[in-house]
Amino acid sequence: MNQMNSEGYTTADGRKIGGVLMEMKNITLKFGGVNAITDISFDIREGEIRAIIGPNGAGKSSMLNVISGFYVPQEGEVWFKGYKRGPMKPYEVARLGIARTFQNIALFDGMSVLDNIMTGRLTHMQTGLLAQSIWWGKAEKEETENRAKVEKIIDFLEIQAIRKTPVGRLPYGLKKRVELARALAAEPQLLLLDEPMAGMNVEEKEDMSRFILDVNDEFGTTIALIEHDMGVVMDLSDRVVVMDYGKKIGDGTPDEVRKNQAVIDAYLGVAHD
Amino acid sequence: MYDQFLFAIEVTLNGLMAGVMYSLVALGFVLIFKASGIFNYAQGVMALFAALTLVGLQDGQIPFAHLINAIFGTSIHHFGWHLPAIVAIAMTAAVMVLLAIIIEKLVLKHLVNQPPIILFMATIGLAYFLEGMGDLMWGADIKKLDVGLPQGISETIDELTFSLFGYGFFIDNLDIVATVIAALLVVSLTLFSQYSKQGRALRAVADDHQAALSVGISLRFIWVLVWSIAGFVALVAGIMWGSKSGVQFSLSLIALKALPVLMLGGFTSIPGAIVGGLIIGVGEKLFEFMIGPMIGGATENWFAYVLALIFLVFRPQGLFGEKIIERV
Repeated sequence: MNQMNSEGYTTADGRKIGGVLMEMKNITLKFGGVNAITDISFDIREGEIRAIIGPNGAGKSSMLNVISGFYVPQEGEVWFKGYKRGPMKPYEVARLGIARTFQNIALFDGMSVLDNIMTGRLTHMQTGLLAQSIWWGKAEKEETENRAKVEKIIDFLEIQAIRKTPVGRLPYGLKKRVELARALAAEPQLLLLDEPMAGMNVEEKEDMSRFILDVNDEFGTTIALIEHDMGVVMDLSDRVVVMDYGKKIGDGTPDEVRKNQAVIDAYLGVAHD
Repeated sequence: MYDQFLFAIEVTLNGLMAGVMYSLVALGFVLIFKASGIFNYAQGVMALFAALTLVGLQDGQIPFAHLINAIFGTSIHHFGWHLPAIVAIAMTAAVMVLLAIIIEKLVLKHLVNQPPIILFMATIGLAYFLEGMGDLMWGADIKKLDVGLPQGISETIDELTFSLFGYGFFIDNLDIVATVIAALLVVSLTLFSQYSKQGRALRAVADDHQAALSVGISLRFIWVLVWSIAGFVALVAGIMWGSKSGVQFSLSLIALKALPVLMLGGFTSIPGAIVGGLIIGVGEKLFEFMIGPMIGGATENWFAYVLALIFLVFRPQGLFGEKIIERV
């Protein structure tokens, strides 16, 4: 990595990374008397793949939930696109252009794959309730346009064959892919992935890795992900934040993090004992 | 024998029409249950409240007149106007939307993430509150509701069937209107839920709150929307029942007949509410007509519940309900 500055940097594989998209400043999150996150700061830059890793219970998911508005931190500031974000509801965060997936998959089981992905377009649909009932033509045109975008994503993620299948009937790996598709349909500026590869076999992991890289490459989407699988994280990400017991113990490129003694002690060292 | 057969057909037709009325009430239950998993005990009272408000507004009755008179010693009762039906209906619809907003703000908002039984009990409270409120606002007397719907025997059908079979069918015009309106309501609700942006959001909320939030859906907006629609359906049901038998407080009891309808049709299915209502309507009329005389009559009071019980044993999710499959 070249030197870090406000203009961004160039990655080892030659991709240009832009300025700061999201910045977390001194975030502290408490549940009762327990600190889930203690005074953590880091930034996410435009176009990069940023990973948050750490042992179980390190506070990774809590951090993702802070970014997506499901938790409101007691202390600290969240900056997005150069503006300080006040306390926000998750749906307001989604409308800002931050989409996410969930560790334990949150899809609409009763709806078809296509309908699930269409819900991702909701933030882009402008026509109001009354306008829809009075001016059917306009609403229909909007629906068609959104449908076209969704079909593109379906092609991209290679799930054409299951378009009409109710999501509840799909196997785990495909559900994960549909959830990614729904998040992508929102055309987010920041995509949050909560353990995108949890519970997958090697082949499914490889597919998912490929999709994550392709999404970043093709749409230029900034991605922040949490992952347990160290190999995957090191291969995918440009920069890594390492958390342990709610504190940040490392931050840098995969190579830097690998050499960080605190990280080795807390995570990698323990894992190789 | 031929006469008996024709009579049975007439009974069936009348059963269908009566069933439509049950369906109208059941529809309101299904809408709220689908979107929020709440069994809204207050749905029947909402229909009563809507009908009371409609009559009150139309006749220019002053709300809380008794209370005001008692406190200030005045003697006011009427604004002295008589509104056209369509204006009064629009105003009542607005009141029902307002009611939805108030319910969301005062009740639902504070019960997020509570188990369904808590919400169910909240709606029981709401039912009694609304009933008392209706009494306080508009008085407890039986009122005549007339929004200009045709009533009485349909001459055309009477004459037509007489010339065809030599026996005139007695069909109430109001029942025909109710059928047409129920059909329109179902078609528009289905179109709304399947093809509109808010409809999709509504189904999403019904399925998974967390996921709905993550795609930018405001739960509170959807709840207000659902309760508004349920309020509107209650208004339609209130108009129909009110025109048929006057606006009286026993109207809230028709909600109980919607229960067997829902067990039959499934709590989550709009077509189920309609088909369930029709089956109950026809079933209880035919049963009363054929079996009733043998066992002393008055079967209409219990037939629907027994049918629903039998259904619960053999098909607990109802005719159209989603089958619950647990993946292990």
